[in-house]
Amino acid sequence: MAKVEIKVNGVKQSRNVEDRTLLANFLRDELGLTGTHIGCDTSQCGCCTVHVNGRAVKSCSVLAVQVNGADVLTIEGLAKGSKLHPVQQAFSECHGLQCGFCTPGMIMATVGMLKDTPNPSEEEIIHGLEGNLCRCTGYINIVKAVKQSAKMLRGKKPAKAAKKAAPKKKAKAAKKAKKSKKAKKAAKK
Amino acid sequence: MYALNYVKVKSLAEAAKMLASNPEAKLMAGGMTLVPTLKQRLAQPSHLVDIGALPELRGITAKAGTLTIGAATKHHDVATSAVAKKAIPSLAYLAGLIGDPQVRNLGTIGGSVANNDPAADYPAAVLGLGATVVTNKREIAADDYFQGMFTTALEEGEIITRIVFPVPRRAAYAKFAHPASGYAMAGVFVAQTSDGTRVAVTGAGPGVFRWKAAETALGKNPKAAAIEGVALDAGEMNEDIHATREYRANLVRVMAKRAIAQLR
Repeated sequence: MAKVEIKVNGVKQSRNVEDRTLLANFLRDELGLTGTHIGCDTSQCGCCTVHVNGRAVKSCSVLAVQVNGADVLTIEGLAKGSKLHPVQQAFSECHGLQCGFCTPGMIMATVGMLKDTPNPSEEEIIHGLEGNLCRCTGYINIVKAVKQSAKMLRGKKPAKAAKKAAPKKKAKAAKKAKKSKKAKKAAKK
Repeated sequence: MYALNYVKVKSLAEAAKMLASNPEAKLMAGGMTLVPTLKQRLAQPSHLVDIGALPELRGITAKAGTLTIGAATKHHDVATSAVAKKAIPSLAYLAGLIGDPQVRNLGTIGGSVANNDPAADYPAAVLGLGATVVTNKREIAADDYFQGMFTTALEEGEIITRIVFPVPRRAAYAKFAHPASGYAMAGVFVAQTSDGTRVAVTGAGPGVFRWKAAETALGKNPKAAAIEGVALDAGEMNEDIHATREYRANLVRVMAKRAIAQLR
């Protein structure tokens, strides 16, 4: 048995677990943080991505005891109360998901990628999400969501959020509503 | 995973002691190959001796025509290191192709070279550049170090501490990655030095190897056209559901040409 003491989402946690306990299982079974998903369990799919000392890792391929003393950030630690993290907000607004199973990992990987590459090209986004699989979306809206997250994190208001924030003039608001419907249709296609 | 004991050692000496007193113990650094292997119950070590956090095994330094990378240096750190990019840009580029971002955040050069997966990227650079593998006991030339699939010159209890790369005039790595696994179906590292050109191939055969006929043909002034008709025995290549021997042999030639075209 090993005593694992780590900080998870800013809270100190201490548990005695078997040495072979994986970080993903530690988070889910010991701490009840089930937002970290286990998809493939063979380090292919990236659903279990969390941050250890600020870097994205696949928690199904790391022993809990291996990261003793570390700062761990999971999907549960991203939002500030009811205010979503910009990457979460962008995934929601761009509908960067279908079933949602891969989403926690996609979001944690995106947060990690944008630290290194704040203004990624499409190619860099695809390379940066290489460790994450989505079996529903075909990645189109995920890439869109990453682009929007990057804009938001760089301090630029995304087009959609700006529209929502300033619907003062009725005519303009109606025009924009039409536009966004069109955009939605186009996205569905 | 079978039950085991995990030990995070505080020094190289402690690691060597642990290995000496526990014959079934295994070294661990990033664990990016080892943990998945353990999960599949393909190995049953009594102890995991974690050397990943030892400061003496970390770091990237350049001096007097060499680039030295500590064994526990992570792929991400090599891929993004200004020192590595300046000394051997193709090596930093290669490190950025390994696995995926999450794997590169944990996986280490020493782990990759010790494991010697026949489709891993680093062995191609270590052999292609004619690097020296430094252990806690001795220095091993790359030509003597790699001995086929998952086999190296490392003895029981021997620990890689760093890899010393001679800085070439120019070098390049071209990889045809398997689209699902990301491993090299064929990866070719070409290095042009003052003595001539070295060509190391990973992924295509049962272990990393030098394509010596191509090296001779390329000489001191490598041009892609020079290897057009150079012999490469398809019988020596791997064959599996992904590609036939002949297909892999052709891929090696194509990757070699691409590498030569990208020499920098």
